[in-house]
Parts: sequence; C-alpha cells; structure tokens
Amino acid sequence: MKIRTLLGSAAILAVTAASALAEGETVGFAQIGSESGWRAAETTLTKQQAEERGIDLRFSDAQQKQENQIAAIRSFIAQGVDAILLAPVVATGWDSVLEEAQEAEIPVVLLDRQVDSSDELYLTAVGSNLVHEGEVAGEWLVNAVGDEECRIVELQGTTGSTPAIDRKTGFENAIEGHDNMEIVRSQTGDFTRAQGKEVMESFLQAENGGKDICALYAHNDDMAVGAIQAIKEAGLAPGEDILVVSIDAVPDIFKAMADGEANATVELTPNMAGPAFDVLEAYWADGTAPEKFIQTESRLFTQDDDPTGEYEARKGLGY
Amino acid sequence: MLLKRIAPQLIALAALILLVTLVYPDFLDISFRDGRLVGPVIDVLKRGAPVALLAVGMTLVIATRGIDLSVGTVMAICGAVAAWAIASGWGLAPALLLALAAGAAAGLWNGLLVAVVGIQPFVATLILMTMGRGIAQLITEGRILTFNHPGFAFFGSGTVLGLPVPAWLWLLTGVGVALLMRRSALGMLIEATGINRRASALAGVNATVLLIAVYMASGLCAALAGIVVTADIRGADANNAGLWLELDAILAVVIGGNSLLGGRFSILAALLGALIIQTIDTGILLAGFPSEYNLVIKAALVLVILVLQSPRIAAEWRIWRESQRASREALAERSRT
Repeated sequence: MKIRTLLGSAAILAVTAASALAEGETVGFAQIGSESGWRAAETTLTKQQAEERGIDLRFSDAQQKQENQIAAIRSFIAQGVDAILLAPVVATGWDSVLEEAQEAEIPVVLLDRQVDSSDELYLTAVGSNLVHEGEVAGEWLVNAVGDEECRIVELQGTTGSTPAIDRKTGFENAIEGHDNMEIVRSQTGDFTRAQGKEVMESFLQAENGGKDICALYAHNDDMAVGAIQAIKEAGLAPGEDILVVSIDAVPDIFKAMADGEANATVELTPNMAGPAFDVLEAYWADGTAPEKFIQTESRLFTQDDDPTGEYEARKGLGY
Repeated sequence: MLLKRIAPQLIALAALILLVTLVYPDFLDISFRDGRLVGPVIDVLKRGAPVALLAVGMTLVIATRGIDLSVGTVMAICGAVAAWAIASGWGLAPALLLALAAGAAAGLWNGLLVAVVGIQPFVATLILMTMGRGIAQLITEGRILTFNHPGFAFFGSGTVLGLPVPAWLWLLTGVGVALLMRRSALGMLIEATGINRRASALAGVNATVLLIAVYMASGLCAALAGIVVTADIRGADANNAGLWLELDAILAVVIGGNSLLGGRFSILAALLGALIIQTIDTGILLAGFPSEYNLVIKAALVLVILVLQSPRIAAEWRIWRESQRASREALAERSRT
C-alpha cells in the first residue's frame, strides 16, 4: 500500500517534470532534401510547428542521399537530442542506425514514408493513406454526378510508382458498383504539367473533341492544371463541361478552383510534424507508446471551401 | 537526289501512319474549328516541336562528330529564365531575348570546353546536363514558376494561319538552317570538320570557331524548345522541362540516317525522324493501350525502323534479291534447253 502511494506520487512528479520540460526539448529532423514543392512545404510547416510548441528543432537537409541522412541521425544521437524525426529517402538500410538511436533511448518518428526495418526500432510513423486519398476523390465524384452517365478519363502518375498504383486502386474502389460511371481512358501523365496537358489533348481528340467526357480524375494537381489548359484550348469549360478532381492540394489548384475551372482536390497534408509532435509530447510526458502508424487526414476541398483563402494561405509555404 | 536521301524516312513515316490508322481510324481527320486546324496530325506537328527543334541543333553537332547531352537541361534553364523575366514584368521581347541569350551562353560554354579545352563532347556536355537543372531550380526557387501573359503563352498554344505556333517555329527553323547550310559552304565545312578536324584545319577551315558556333546553334535551338514548353504550360517546371529529351533528339537524328561518327548530314531527314518519334508517341496515346506498354511499343517500333534502315540489312537484301533473280534465270535457262 505504502509502496503504491510512493510509486503514484513518483509518477505524478515525473509527469509534472516532463510537462515542464516539454518546452525546450530538442528534436532533430533528418529531411530528405528539397525534391519537390510539397517537400519544401513540409519543411516549412515542421519548423513552424516546432516554433509554436517551443521545441528546439535541429534541421538537416540530406540532399536526397541516404548516407547524409544516416550521418545526420548519428550526429543527432551524439548531440543527445530528445527525439528524431526522419523522412527516409529510401525504405531499406536503416536497421543499424535505428538500433543506435534505440540504444541511446532516443525515440524516432518516421514522417511521410515508411522503412523496411522492424517496427520496434521506431516509435511510430506518420503518413497518409494513398488508397484512401483515391477513395475520397472517387466518393466526391460519385456524389457529384448522381445517377447520370459519366465517362471518366484518368491521368495516372508515373507508371509503377506507389502513389499511382494506390490512388488508382482507391478511386476504382469508390466508383465500383456505380454502373453509370466508367473509366474510359487511362494513361500516365508522369505527375507533370506538360505530360498532363499532352495526354489530355489526346483524350479530348479520341473522345469526340471532349464532348463524350464527363469527368477527369488526375493522380496529382499538377497534371490536372496542365489538363485544364488542354480542355480550355479545345473550347470546353473545365469544371463545367468536364468535372476535374485531383489529389495533393497544391496552391495552383486552388487558383483554378477559385476560377471555377477545377472542382475538388484531396489534401496530402504537408503537416506531418504536427501529429508527430503530439505523439512525442505524450511520450515525453508519461511514456505513452502510440500506434505504429498514424494516418493523417485526407481532407476534401471543393469550390465551396474558400479556394482564394486557401491559395493565399498556402502560397508562402514553399510549394 | 534530295528525295532519294530522305526516302527511307518518308517510307517509315508513311508505314507508321498506316499502322496508327489501323488502331485509330480517325488519325488523318483534320477539321477547321474557330480559326484553327484540329486533328491528331496537327497535334503531332505541335507536340513534335521540342524534339524537332532540338534535332536541328543536334544534327549539326553530330555532324562535327560531337554530341550535345545538355539540350534537355538547357531547355529547362531557358524556360526558367523566360518565366522569371515575364513574372518579374520585363515584358515579352526582353524575356525572349534573355532566354535566347541563356541558350547561346550555354552553347558557348559547351563549345569552349569541346573546341578550346579539348574535352570529349560526351563528357563536356554531360557537365552542363547534370549541373544545369540545379541552375534552373535556383532560378525558379525549386517550385513551378507560373505566369499569366497571353503574349508569351502564344508561343505555346497560339495559331498562325490555322497552324499551331510551335509547328511554325520548328518548320521555319528547320528550313532556315537547312537552306543556310546548303546554300552556303557552311554545311560542307561542318562535314569536313566532322570527318577530319585536323585535315580541315590544315585546309584553312577555322575548325575551332566552327565548333563553338555549332554548339551555340544547338543551345539556341534548345532555348526555342524551352520557350515552347514553358509557354505551353504557362509555367517553368525546372525539374521536368526537357527531361530526357536530349535522348529523343539524338534518336531523331539517328532515325534520320545521320551517322554518329560525323560527316554527311541531313537536317530534313532528322526532322522526319522527330516526326516519326512523335507519331509513335501520339499514336500510343490515341490507341488507348495501358500505359505500361508505352515504352515497349515505342522501343519495338524504333528498333524495326532502325534495323530496316541499316546499310547491312539493305546490302543483304540486295544480295538475296540478286541470287533469287539469278536462280530464276538459271531455271528459265534450263527449261528452255
């Protein structure tokens, strides 16, 4: 009895000590580099989140090289940081450095991408569910067209890449069972604006000048932006004659939505650090072990969600 | 004479169009809508512009026994420069001039490395190929630099006399450069330098200046291509603009029957090569195959075209035909007796 009270008060003491310490904790962030606009926005938001929470963030840019990331993690361990955020550039080859972090009792949180190592070597992984993103986009279109016939064209991401496969699967899941909806053409646009435009031109050409197309589903916003130009040049009104739904929520798609040229986008949030810091604060406070995968929200944005405001809010994030 | 030179390319193109028409019957349909021609063939002429423009410069470089791997990257740099100038309000003419100047400067750099420093062209241009995308990213600050300028966008999606502006650009550039090469001695001097630089230098050709000029021409062509793709999407995408297009340009030159060992060249044939590549690309898109097949189909068709064009196959074919004829005649001879 006496022991239990003692333990209890010790725990309370530990909790108060920890919450006092949450201010001024040091976190090392081993970022991949600046491979894309989305990545730059993730870096900006991570720094913002750390500042808001009073966390001292040590940032390392690995310039897309795993050896640089491993070196950064080793130096974070040597500095004795309180936690490490890692956005792994590749999936394999992390075992030994993660073990070193574990021996030093430093929790590691993976951001955005996964690793092949055993999940005991890291605290948790924060990321988005790509299949779910496709489903959200598909569900929006299902609701938007109702019972009408809808011939859909699809702009896929880079052939064979995980986002392309998963976003395609998710969308197909969502429209399954709706016999009025059919994907009539599907081609890769390589995630780029130029390819998105070129492939959309051929879709329009092949589908009676675009009159037979009811909707476009693009695996990312950039391809949708390119395709919107192709639709306009073919003399049709994107957003009205052809519905446009895509994924990522980059600033330029909000501009298109504000002009009524795109209809909906699903956000791949660059704020992976927010949930990661939430988990870490709970862990520092009382050692709560989180689940091994924390799925970020795949929020749907439509023309009703103040696209102009969203554009203004996002354009400074470095997209 | 000229027709005989480009006959293999014309035949290949015709056969290819026939093939595409089989899988997509409306391929040759052209209609006139809102003052512009519309149809798959027009798309080929428009979409083929970047590779066709690059092929013009690449033909000259290859004729000097060189190669320019940097053109795709130079496209990205020039596109970024143009977009940056437009976005900062410099106006159309200065933006275009700046982009062309950037292309010429890139060519000058390559030319100096090759002709003066004496680095092998493959390595010399590889330097700019890898480094240049970083330069382009520095200009765009790593994001897609967009702009809203109808005058500049005209170079990507405008039309003149019903035909898309990019198509006019490569047609005029190609014909202009080809005439310049053949109406003056320039073409012959380039061929001489390609066949034997030292001998042509001894014969009084200023090979160093000629080499630099050829790489600068290639840079200028890349700048035009960069302007076209940037104007097309109304934004400079430093990561993707012109990515791998140097390889398509080299392929166009090779399909055009030009030897990578330098010497005799034909710009017209290289342009037909670019059209062949684009017809394959557009045909694949229109046919509606799953995208996993795109590259395999393209590779197979290119292989067939190149094999049919190879001099060895042509020689074997001639020998085979001769022997057939000989045996037929022998047979006829025997039946007569």
